[in-house]
Amino acid sequence: MAHKRREMLIDPLVDNNPITLQVLGICSALAVTSSLQVAFVMAIAVTLVTAFASLFISMIRSQIPGSIRIIVQMVIIASLVILVDQVLKAFAYEISKTLSVFVGLIITNCIVMGRAEAFAMKNGPIDSFIDGVGNGLGYGLILMLVGVIRELFGSGSLFGVTILETVNNGGWYVPNGMLLLPPSAFFIIGLIIWAFRTWKPGQVEEREYKIQTVEAH
Amino acid sequence: MSDNDLNTNKGPIRRFLDAPADSVGKTVFVAVTLCLVASMIVSAAAVALRPLQEVNALKDKQINILQVAGIYDPSADVVESFQAFEPRVLELETGAFTDAFDVAIFDDRAAADDPATSVALDEDPAGIVRQGKFVTVYLLRDDAGAIDKVILPIHGYGLWSTLYGFIALEENGNDIFALQFYEHAETPGLGAEVDNPRWKSLWNGKKLADENGDLQISVTKSVPAAGADYHIDALAGATLTTVGVHNLLNFWMGESGYAPFLANLKAGDI
Repeated sequence: MAHKRREMLIDPLVDNNPITLQVLGICSALAVTSSLQVAFVMAIAVTLVTAFASLFISMIRSQIPGSIRIIVQMVIIASLVILVDQVLKAFAYEISKTLSVFVGLIITNCIVMGRAEAFAMKNGPIDSFIDGVGNGLGYGLILMLVGVIRELFGSGSLFGVTILETVNNGGWYVPNGMLLLPPSAFFIIGLIIWAFRTWKPGQVEEREYKIQTVEAH
Repeated sequence: MSDNDLNTNKGPIRRFLDAPADSVGKTVFVAVTLCLVASMIVSAAAVALRPLQEVNALKDKQINILQVAGIYDPSADVVESFQAFEPRVLELETGAFTDAFDVAIFDDRAAADDPATSVALDEDPAGIVRQGKFVTVYLLRDDAGAIDKVILPIHGYGLWSTLYGFIALEENGNDIFALQFYEHAETPGLGAEVDNPRWKSLWNGKKLADENGDLQISVTKSVPAAGADYHIDALAGATLTTVGVHNLLNFWMGESGYAPFLANLKAGDI
């Protein structure tokens, strides 16, 4: 059992990553990765929400009527997100200012919903909690990877500490402005998915179609 | 023993929990209970944490006022340092202070939404839709009690968001000491470079109006005919944010903004 739980925690990091394999949670991965500090807080917030949402949903799973289960899950997730937002505003005001609307958008993060519906509705509370933590960490890992690339080459810094002195501040580095815009995260996530699937060919999906070739007569 | 006997041996709660989850009664019960519990938790958190949040928001605003006045000391207590300012409610139209409101509780943004204390703008270069008739300004006096700096709140629309900030003017009401935005949601790295210390330092020593009293201040790419004293270089890669800053500054320093107050200040009537 202990072995299985360890796998549940490690698996979502690479082998079953919510972003690169399941391709969920892309929207927020685009929005919050232009600076590492924001990406880091977002990763923690999503991990907490996914873990506790899974825990609570799993605890009452046998009592949730099938007809309103999605709404029940949403209510639990939304309440947790509001709690996170309120706590950030009270104890980490600066960070909540930079995260602004993105904390609220955790509600719409498909990973939270996905784990609630796919795992927590069918498994015990402790397993669901660990599964939530694992998936949150898998999401966080990709967020940090994208964040390092975007902040280093887009602003010349990491966690707000200047690494490459930019021209605006009298240095030599001309920052790549495109990396600060959301579309750049698409390219980076795409490249990360490519890298993961080259490393672990098992993640490559089967083709749903076959390209027809015209045979020579 | 049949199933029926088993059921009668259980208490009413147990029987309810064992009932099929899909029954109508259970569905309604779960929905109502969950909503009640969730709303109680959320409102309890909101109410319990509000005092802390308000302190944070106020502290953040005070730090920004201290920074724009150039007297912010991170090691000192913010509330104590803030005692240096004399906050006053200003009536924009007359350019005179009013005691009709208690300055300690006057809320600029609430007043700008209230039809009784605001006007809808026909000409709205700053993109703010409604303008409050009253604003809170902060006076910084020197040791002799004469006005040293005035800190005026300004706001207007950039590219994505309304930028809220303060401008600190010298006692002559024409020389800019500093300008700083404390709330905006412009693009990080591009429009959000309005927070860049190097760019902010460009504002120091610039002048609003020329000798004839015409407003000349501009935030543009090239130096205008009026000369470099009235010009702040635009932010590279943030044209629309820069245009927003230019417009809001000209709006607030113009006739519908602080011009009457600044005229009074120059005449020594304040």
